[in-house]
Amino acid sequence: MRTFSSNEFMFLLGAMRWTVVLSLIAFALGGALGGLIAILRISSLLPVRLVATGYIQLFQGTPLLMQLFLVYYGLGLFGLRLDAWTAVVIAYAAYAGAFLGEIWRGCIQAVPRTQWEASESLALSYLQQLRYVILPQAVRIAIPPTVGFLVQLVKATAVASIIGFVELTRAGQLMSNATFQPMIVYPVVAALYFVLCWPLSLWAQHLESRLRVGAAIGRAK
Amino acid sequence: MTYVFQFGIVFDRFHELLQGAWLTVQLSAISMALGLSLAIVCAFLRTTGPRPVRWIVAAYVEMMRNTPFLVQIYVIFFSLPAIGLRFEANQAAVVAMVVNLGAYATEIIRAGIQSVPIGQIEAGRALGLTRIQVYRKIVLFPAVKAVFPALASQFILLLLGSSVVSAISAKELTAIANTMQSTTFRAFEVYIVVTVMYLAIAVAFRGFFAAVYWLVFVRGRA
Repeated sequence: MRTFSSNEFMFLLGAMRWTVVLSLIAFALGGALGGLIAILRISSLLPVRLVATGYIQLFQGTPLLMQLFLVYYGLGLFGLRLDAWTAVVIAYAAYAGAFLGEIWRGCIQAVPRTQWEASESLALSYLQQLRYVILPQAVRIAIPPTVGFLVQLVKATAVASIIGFVELTRAGQLMSNATFQPMIVYPVVAALYFVLCWPLSLWAQHLESRLRVGAAIGRAK
Repeated sequence: MTYVFQFGIVFDRFHELLQGAWLTVQLSAISMALGLSLAIVCAFLRTTGPRPVRWIVAAYVEMMRNTPFLVQIYVIFFSLPAIGLRFEANQAAVVAMVVNLGAYATEIIRAGIQSVPIGQIEAGRALGLTRIQVYRKIVLFPAVKAVFPALASQFILLLLGSSVVSAISAKELTAIANTMQSTTFRAFEVYIVVTVMYLAIAVAFRGFFAAVYWLVFVRGRA
């Protein structure tokens, strides 16, 4: 029987790499999707808005685990041969897209209405208004909650272990089964997640407090 | 595509899913009540307790908020028996949900407490109320009112997150679905139906929270 020692710890560290990789890919793809959703969500056309809202409601109103199962079993039915990696990446990108879309929508709408009106009166087109006036201001507001969501996303990747995707949590299960030392393995796994997430959380808090100082100074002027 | 959907077999055994859904609702409701109670105590200790206590509560909150719920379940269900704390699946699920929700709700209520004007707290102290009385009678109500929407979203996240407790074979909705798909081989149909059921439960809970808000905060103290 194996006991939990440095080899086993290195195995967990190696698997942690896949947690990071999955989080980053889902964040990148989900970010692209979320940007699109946020833009659609503030469209002046009602049907477009409804589609974006429906998408957000669907993904925020159902369990991530169900989304994973549906992608995993569902896309196979449409003749797409998916390995676990592709299915998991698609599901997490869709999940991240919904949350980021909603977060960023809020940030875009937090930009004062007068900024739209001012840029319109300068004869900028809708896309120019977005690109040169609104988005640069929205991005500043968006960074702290986006970093905060990254923490949520890293933690959410643990659920992928349930459908057999080998990342940190699944590696922990494997090690626990091999060593019969769950009282060591799982706290170590939790500690590794903590090492990953806590700096991000602190960073998000720091960014937020800095933004608040900036806003206060802006008001004082 | 040649796949033929067959929902019939799922609806034939719909009562099993309903039982699972009922357990999901029960687990969630119990955890919401206990988790909120835990958070109300922790938020008090976090804001007015002695320094070491504040520090301990902060450590608990950060530990919970920076590790995955699934890993917390595994620690409670698989690791704790080694030190003599043995739970059955449903108990472990509730314990995990309570300590998880408790941490998030502590932070939320703390934000609410900070939104209460300091003058009101000082006025309460000046009238000779103890710290606990000030918290209970002056601070708590407007604090919870201010952050009620955030609390409600956190409750919904807990409900949806509860599907993960199927991993330790608590027989809630997701676990029933897993069993059903492995005996009917109709995975996609089963999970579609179950996803819609979760959506319905979430909508029902949202309606319930809106009603509670109206009854307690709008009509109760106009």
